[in-house]
Amino acid sequence: MQGMYETLLAALGAERVIPFSVGFAVLVVVFALFAAIMGAVVALIMVLAERKISADIQERIGPNRVGPMGFFQTVADAVKLLTKENVLPRKADSILHYCAPTLVFTGALLPVAAIAWSNRIVAADLNIGVLYVVGTASFGVIGRLMAGWASNNKWSLLGGMRAAGQMISYEIPNSIAILSVIVLAGTLNLQELSEAQMGGIHQWFVFRSPFAFVACLIYLVSSLAEVNRTPFDLPEAESELVSGYHTEYSGIRWAIFMMSEYIGMVVVNAVAVALFFGGWNGGLPGEPLLGGWIWYLLKIAVLMYCQVWIRFVLPRLRIDQLMSLCWKNLVPLGLLALLGASVQALMGPTGQRVMMVAAWLVFGGFVTLLFVAVRKTRHVPAQGGFSG
Amino acid sequence: MPLKTEEMILNVGPQHPSTHGVLRLEVTTDGELVTSAEPTIGYLHRCFEKYAETLTYQQIIPYTDRLDYLSSMNNNFGFVVAVEKLMGIHVCERAERIRVIMAELNRIASHLMFIGSFSNDLGAMTPFLWCFRDREEILKIFEEVSGARLLYNYYRIGGLAADLTPGIEEKIYSFLNQFEAHMLELDDLFTRNAIVIARLKGVGMIPREMAIAYGLSGPMLRASGVDWDCRRDEPYSIYASLRFEVPVGGEKLGALGDCYARYLVRRAEIDQSVSLVRQCLADIPPGDVKEQVKRNVRPPVGEVYVRTENPRGEIGFYLRSDGSTKPSRVKVRAPSFCNMSVFSRISKDILVADMIAILGSVDIVLGEIDR
Repeated sequence: MQGMYETLLAALGAERVIPFSVGFAVLVVVFALFAAIMGAVVALIMVLAERKISADIQERIGPNRVGPMGFFQTVADAVKLLTKENVLPRKADSILHYCAPTLVFTGALLPVAAIAWSNRIVAADLNIGVLYVVGTASFGVIGRLMAGWASNNKWSLLGGMRAAGQMISYEIPNSIAILSVIVLAGTLNLQELSEAQMGGIHQWFVFRSPFAFVACLIYLVSSLAEVNRTPFDLPEAESELVSGYHTEYSGIRWAIFMMSEYIGMVVVNAVAVALFFGGWNGGLPGEPLLGGWIWYLLKIAVLMYCQVWIRFVLPRLRIDQLMSLCWKNLVPLGLLALLGASVQALMGPTGQRVMMVAAWLVFGGFVTLLFVAVRKTRHVPAQGGFSG
Repeated sequence: MPLKTEEMILNVGPQHPSTHGVLRLEVTTDGELVTSAEPTIGYLHRCFEKYAETLTYQQIIPYTDRLDYLSSMNNNFGFVVAVEKLMGIHVCERAERIRVIMAELNRIASHLMFIGSFSNDLGAMTPFLWCFRDREEILKIFEEVSGARLLYNYYRIGGLAADLTPGIEEKIYSFLNQFEAHMLELDDLFTRNAIVIARLKGVGMIPREMAIAYGLSGPMLRASGVDWDCRRDEPYSIYASLRFEVPVGGEKLGALGDCYARYLVRRAEIDQSVSLVRQCLADIPPGDVKEQVKRNVRPPVGEVYVRTENPRGEIGFYLRSDGSTKPSRVKVRAPSFCNMSVFSRISKDILVADMIAILGSVDIVLGEIDR
């Protein structure tokens, strides 16, 4: 960012007019505001997209009153939420109750700084980018726990405890999956990670190593849990805990929780794209067409669609199933993938080529298995199809 | 110093997304573990039984709509069968066939509502709307026939309030055809979903003996492996002349007495009801469905108890007549009320999420529990 600042000043010819510290501070504030506003805009678009996609899945029409095809429904909702009363429950811890949404929002927004949207657009080109993202993303747990505790509501408390247990547990397979790619790429910098995947779709890590492919699946599953999406939406399980940790929130504070959830989705998917799906690369050799950020956003949108799709198809897991999935399945599998990736990192060019073929085989096998499984179970009559 | 821990008392309801009405559960929890759950009922009590003593027999019918408001046709059915038995009235074939069609369609609608709300309890949102899409078609049929979408007041002592509207048979047929395809899709989405099975298998086990001891009925009883259905074993109306199977939990349905069995039994009953509607539609004889009795019936002195098969279990009507136009005593055996009695017994030492699943699988309607 410092580099960007200097370039900007040089372009304006104003190096000598504004003191460096002041100008830099202003730029930081401007960038932060921009990020926050973009976060809100992303949340607005995502809410609308989710409602439209869910309507499609559920054979409804979805919002269709405000604006053309209901496109301004979320704007109307946002205005409503802004003007709505902020209710503070009696005997609630007012300071914690007030701080919690802010903290969650901060945790969701901070990682955005390190993400490399294209080979030029990056707010903070950190050499420990991935570590920073993982670290700041886990910030939200504290806020959720605070919200659950401060609300003076038993449902909130249960939700807060669930959020803490779940998010901390799933950070482990999440981080292990990330590590597998880090070992292969040899860098923590998100920009360099994207650069390492230049040169076509076969250079994407998910297609370069079978271990990265496994790590990718683990990452996608655990990232769902990280952002509390179905089937891992236990912290806010509506049918069980009313609304979980944000039961007692209303108005804009509630909206901040929702915004954080959607920004969190963008972040986990952005990291997934940077790590496994070629970052800002277009999939063809050479410079990405139309600018890398378009490809980046496109890939994020595809992953987001999958998350929404999953939400409206699957029911929720139970807390013990959630934990055993994490500790008994994802963590051991992730460790194996990490081990394999480490071995692959030591191999020479021939070994890498063999691994690439293996990755495609694993990918093909996975898709075939999925296809066969779907074909086999589709439209089987309810009786007698299963036993035991 | 050891940490001091204590059990937390949670009030689930009367306003809670999963209590399906105004039910309150007093739940003692140890973290996520439910150590006991005691239902508190009565929020919807409206003195139906006492109030019925001030009404004539015909006037009671709309009040029976409001017992189990998700299966009003079946409630009407049980009540008119009881009065007809008390008076010894024979109802014409056409009226009986239409009664069974409506009752079975209402059973489908009620089970769709169960599947929808049950899946919602498990956190799946789409089956809910898919079920409501099909239920809507049934409600349209009911609206055309009876004029109402929820509380039909369609059956009369000795007949029906109105005949079928012209062309309604085709509408029912076309509904059934598309409905069966939709049910296959629902099986793909929900019935065989791995998470659904993991959430429901072995949860809320009710052994056969316990089911009988608690007086369960309907799908709750059959899921525990007791092969009993009033329509087959104590036939009323024209059920004796119709062919249908009674789905029972066990090896055939792959489960016994757990939440999944209760789901599967209801799911299989939907298919049986479709078959029953088709059989009845196949040959409806001509005739007059209007009641051939006076408006203010005066049953002879005596008493009667009739049980019929509602979607939620056996609904029993006890009527005592003193020879006047009003009954001297009305008592309803509400299936949800009896089925709910087992809830606190099986809701011990389970997780909060299981408790919600069990509550959903009991499939209660508060209008019937509180009456």
